[in-house]
This record gives sequence, C-alpha cells and structure tokens, in this order.
Amino acid sequence: MAIKDYLRERFFPHLWCSGCGHGIVLNSLLRALADLGMSKNEIVMVSGIGCSSRISGYVDFHTLHTIHGRALAFATGVKLSRPELNLLVPMGDGDALAIGGNHFIHAARRNIDLTAIVMNNRIYGMTGGQYSPLSGQGIMATTAPYSNIDYDFDTVELAKAAGATFVARSTTYHTQQMTKMFRQAILHEGFAMVEILSQCPTYFGRKNRAGSAIDMMESYKENTTPIGSKSKMENPDLIERGIFVQKEVPEYCNEYDKIIEKAMKGR
Amino acid sequence: MAKPKLKEHIINSEWCKGCGICVHFCPKNVLEMDDEDSALAARPTDCICCKLCEIRCPDLAIEVILEKETE
Ligand SMILES: Cc1ncc(C[n+]2csc(CCOP(=O)(O)OP(=O)(O)O)c2C)c(N)n1
Ligand code: SF4
Ligand code: SF4
Ligand code: SF4
Repeated sequence: MAIKDYLRERFFPHLWCSGCGHGIVLNSLLRALADLGMSKNEIVMVSGIGCSSRISGYVDFHTLHTIHGRALAFATGVKLSRPELNLLVPMGDGDALAIGGNHFIHAARRNIDLTAIVMNNRIYGMTGGQYSPLSGQGIMATTAPYSNIDYDFDTVELAKAAGATFVARSTTYHTQQMTKMFRQAILHEGFAMVEILSQCPTYFGRKNRAGSAIDMMESYKENTTPIGSKSKMENPDLIERGIFVQKEVPEYCNEYDKIIEKAMKGR
Repeated sequence: MAKPKLKEHIINSEWCKGCGICVHFCPKNVLEMDDEDSALAARPTDCICCKLCEIRCPDLAIEVILEKETE
C-alpha cells in the first residue's frame, strides 16, 4: 500500500511548523505500516492533546483524538473491547509523561498489547514553549526564563522500570532505524514503547539557540550512539539508540479472557 | 539485481514548507530550494535513488519515482 493511501489528504498541508520532527515521525510510521501490509481497518490510532497528538487527524484509520494525557486510558478501553485491532498511541512528552505519567506507568505495568510512541521534543510545543519533565536542567523555556532546574526523566529507564516488554529509542535523523523499530513494536505482543527524539525548531530550537530543524537533526546524529557502542564508553553523555527490552510476558487481554473463563466455569 | 533508475522527483509545492531537510541531507547534492522556497530537483542525473529525501520529509511533499524495472 502506498503511504499516501493512509492519509486524509484533505487536511494537507498539515498544521505542523516547517521542519517539525513530528512530520518525520508520521512519515516513518506510515512506511512501517505499509511494510507490514496493514489495512486501514485493522488500525486504531488514539491520541491526546498537543502538536504531536494532531497526528491522529492526518491518518485514515479508526482514530480518536481525546484529552490531554489520557490517550493510553482510552486506548486501553478500545483494546479490551476489540483485542483483534492494532492500537497505536502517539503522545508528546508532556502528554505522555507530565499529565499522563500515571497512565503511562500503569499501561506498561499491565503489559497491554499496544504501541506507545513518545514524540519527545523536550517542550510543550502547542501551548507556547513551557518546560516538560523531559526538558532537563539548564534548558530554557517560557516558564524557565533563567533556565530550568528540574532533572528530566529518562523515558527508556522509566518504561523499563514500569514493566514495558518492548522498549526502544531513535531519532528523526535515523529514519530507517525508526521505521524498523515501529515495525517490531507493532508486531510485539504486549506494551511496546518507542521514544523518538523529535525537533521543535519553533520553541525548543529558538529558546535554546539550537538552530534550525536541520541543525537539530545534525545534533541527533552527533549526540546519539547505538546501544553498547565503544563511543558510549568514551563519552557517557551520548544518548543510546536501539532496542533496550524485547521479552515475552503474558499479555493483559489474554489474561483477562482467562479470568472471564474462570468466572464462567459451570455456568 | 539492476540498479534502480530514476524516473522523476515529484515535489508537491502546495505541501512543501521549505525546511530544506531534503536538500541538506541528500548525499549527492541533487536538490535545491527554488525562488519560492520549495524544493527542486536541480541535478536529477546525480540521483542515486536512495530515497532519503522522501523518507525524511516532514511534510510528505517529495517522492522519488523509479523507472519500472524492465527485464
Ligand atoms: C487537561 C489539560 N491541561 C492542559 C492543557 C493544555 N495543553 C495542551 S497541549 C499541552 C502540552 C503539549 O506538549 P506535549 O504533550 O509535549 O506535545 P507537543 O505540543 O510538544 O507536541 C498542554 C499543557 C490541556 N489541553 N488539557
Ligand atoms: S510548535 Fe514545535 S512541536 Fe508544535 S508544530 Fe511547531 S515545531 Fe512542531
Ligand atoms: S524536506 Fe519536504 S518540506 Fe522540507 S524542503 Fe524538502 S520537500 Fe520541502
Ligand atoms: S533519492 Fe537520494 S540521491 Fe536522490 S535526491 Fe533523494 S536523497 Fe538525493
């Protein structure tokens, strides 16, 4: 299937800014779905609120554009009632890990079969550049005009600790790796979390003198490295890319079915 | 297998926002920005059909079309 067939072309050109990484995430995700030969009718995309969450408006699947931070809660409901469908849950870093942090850890803990995508631009894009729990110390934001003093979460470590059974990270520079990860995450049975470092040139870029979208993508190339590489040992500040966790653990909907069977015994 | 052969670049100037990502990351310097800040295939004969421009475009505005492989 050509990736254009997955789009709601009537909403294009999309509303994201020039060079916004979220468009590259959309591009790579559609390629992964095309590679897997998936039909539109077997996919449900659930998003919350944010620039990133706008993604659900642009794809011609079953889509729910819900409320800020609650995408995983809505997706859990859809998955439990229609477990045969494939759930994709793209979220911004604020959406996933500030207001939605609790839903994030508990969806991971339950190991419900869905694909959570954290489109991490380290800032609240939609509302004008406030810091997020992924901004980190020293970052400039509208709500941190003298620089941020909060430590940031490591999304990968958080997902691992919460029990996610597939955990991966890449960037908008590494599009081929991103597409491959999406394919693997979608095929994984259980809670899959893929974090993509995604540039917001408009707020994060301007406030932090990070340059253009191109400069920010160049910095993803320079500041990241494959998991366990030699350069990571020499420079611990490098951010690792790759698949951190991939394991088989009983999945929530299957376990739920077993409980129903148990409860119905003899009736 | 035969090398992929370029037919054309289709650039949707209605969708292109002129970010320059395709121009900057093209390994063969095939693309340029035109006067209207839209991408343009200036040196198509240099294209190696890697499709990196198409894959990285945040606006899904550029497509690399290959010549149908003739036996
Ligand atoms: C309950 C609620 N609280 C706050 C908001 C305001 N709000 C909208 S989007 C957003 C954050 C967006 O940042 P992020 O999730 O990181 O996505 P981005 O826009 O950066 O892609 C906030 C705080 C809201 N819409 N609803
Ligand atoms: S404000 Fe930032 S995140 Fe939002 S569309 Fe613009 S570049 Fe993308
Ligand atoms: S990457 Fe896409 S939007 Fe950016 S200049 Fe090239 S064609 Fe235009
Ligand atoms: S296909 Fe590759 S070589 Fe050809 S224009 Fe695109 S990026 Fe350049």
